Amino acid sequence: MIELKHISKVFPTADGDLRALNDINLTIGDGDVFGIVGMSGAGKSTLVRCINLLERPTQGQVVIDSRDLCAMPEKELIRQRRSIAMIFQQFNLLMQRTCLKNICFPMEIAGVKRAEAEQRAREYLDIVGLPDKADAYPAQLSGGQKQRIAIARALASDPKILLCDEATSALDPKTTRDILRLVKDINQRLGITVVVITHEMAVVEEICSHVAILDHGVLQETGTVEEIFSNPKTEAGRRLVYPDGVILDQLRAANVIRIAFNGGTSYDPLIASLAIDCGVKANILGADTRNVNGQAFGTMLLGLPDDPEQIAKAMHYIKSQPNITVEEVRDYHG
Amino acid sequence: MDELFGTFFGNTPVSQQLAYLQAALLENIWETVYSTVLATVFAYVIGLPLGIILVTGEPDGIRPLPRGLMRVLNFVINILRSIPFLILMILVIPLSRLILHTSIGTNAAIIPLVVASAPFVARLVEGSLRESDAGVIEAAKAMGCTPFQIVRKVMLPEALPSLITGLTTATITILSYGAMSATIGGGGLGTLAINNGYQRRMDLILYVTVILLIILVQIIQSIGTRVANRLDHRITKATPKAKRHKADKAGIG
Ligand SMILES: Nc1ncnc2c1ncn2[C@@H]1O[C@H](COP(=O)(O)OP(=O)(O)OP(=O)(O)O)[C@@H](O)[C@H]1O
Ligand SMILES: [Mg+2]
Repeated sequence: MIELKHISKVFPTADGDLRALNDINLTIGDGDVFGIVGMSGAGKSTLVRCINLLERPTQGQVVIDSRDLCAMPEKELIRQRRSIAMIFQQFNLLMQRTCLKNICFPMEIAGVKRAEAEQRAREYLDIVGLPDKADAYPAQLSGGQKQRIAIARALASDPKILLCDEATSALDPKTTRDILRLVKDINQRLGITVVVITHEMAVVEEICSHVAILDHGVLQETGTVEEIFSNPKTEAGRRLVYPDGVILDQLRAANVIRIAFNGGTSYDPLIASLAIDCGVKANILGADTRNVNGQAFGTMLLGLPDDPEQIAKAMHYIKSQPNITVEEVRDYHG
Repeated sequence: MDELFGTFFGNTPVSQQLAYLQAALLENIWETVYSTVLATVFAYVIGLPLGIILVTGEPDGIRPLPRGLMRVLNFVINILRSIPFLILMILVIPLSRLILHTSIGTNAAIIPLVVASAPFVARLVEGSLRESDAGVIEAAKAMGCTPFQIVRKVMLPEALPSLITGLTTATITILSYGAMSATIGGGGLGTLAINNGYQRRMDLILYVTVILLIILVQIIQSIGTRVANRLDHRITKATPKAKRHKADKAGIG
């Protein structure tokens, strides 16, 4: 378990102190795939670098399996880091070593014998699906292949935790999906806790079980992906979950409600049954829904007829449906 | 033959110059090679660690050292690099006496060469190591490398092609500095050129030694470039086949 307790990080800069992280409290359970999302400059990288103390927090504690990393002597910290692997946006492979030797690297520094290291490295090459690249140099690989080698190298240290800082941001959508599948697969097969830093909700959607939303160095909200996607409570959360926003200017109806799907239901029958069962003709003004792990999540804006009785009927009907929440939108600009 | 050339190669008859060359040339080539190699080795023994420290010891380096120490180190290196070699040779005479109990001869000439080139080497190494990718060093740190492991297994191997290029430059610089050691009685091609070729007006000897020095520099440079390229795996080299293919497409050949 990773516990971040009251983490703050202040960077002294030429024009005053920059508070990159502000009193972050976060618990990441074993075996989770935990997403940390936020806009550029939110402090995501700083936060993830605090987990293995590449960046020392100005205040707070980083507790991994009940041991405070900040209080450890340097030597022990170095040993502890060997169980926390990390992959990066820029892959950061050793360019003068072959892929096999790159994967051997963490074992080499941990003192594993060469023959054994090479044998294990070949197994990791198999896991990431590049068994024929053992003797290739990183410069001869595509971005996606480089990241696979980086993942193999990360696995080679037999880690408990895998930190991914924008690991797919330099890759095309298809390759991104492949890499994310690989990470998810590794998480499920080996039980490694994965922390995924990203600015893309699509990445979270693809592999995360939990998510934390970071904005301007402040942790806005945290919860399961289902919770956050169905009902983001904060402004920063809504901005990330619905990046295109629901354009309120385009609304014409006078009575607008927002319904949120929390999984399990699809929305077409709802609109239809609203008309058939209640005789209320609703107008879909906007929708942003998505499919997460086979369930429908998202929100929809409905315009209702300008009749209090019909509105009450519709509200009552929708509230009685499972997995749906509803609220009136008052701040809408016609 | 002497009639043929007249005074074209100076006042000394050509046959006499040739005889002299025959007797002295090999020994002088050897002295040049010997002192260049030895001085380069010692310059690296001192300069390589200094260059590493210049990079790792910085406040945001992998093993920061006290700022005062770094400042002194930088200062000393700059001082040594700003003294002209001809003057430095004279200044280190006491040092040569201390170490070798003599201040003349080929061995004694190696000492000022080392003193002058070690700081130069330190700067070359510093430059090479500064090129190393901060991301890779960060990855190594994240993997639990000690600072020493980072230097030995990441910084030096990753910068190897650049270090070899630096070594080539250093060797050539030391070779040309060495040619000045006639001033303090060192041997080698430079001495031959100055003492015989120039001062005794044996122009043939002057030309021959200059040509030999040029050839030596060319050899060192081409070996250095070739080795550096061979060792560099960052660039994917187009295979001859691929090159031909490109040429075909472009309608060449
Ligand atoms: N070493 C540093 N010195 C000074 N300021 C820093 C340093 N590292 C980060 N910052 C600042 O801290 C803030 C957070 O940076 P961080 O890199 O964590 O953002 P991020 O969320 O990872 O952004 P991105 O998505 O662009 O990678 C930024 O304002 C950045 O300028
Ligand atoms: Mg970042």
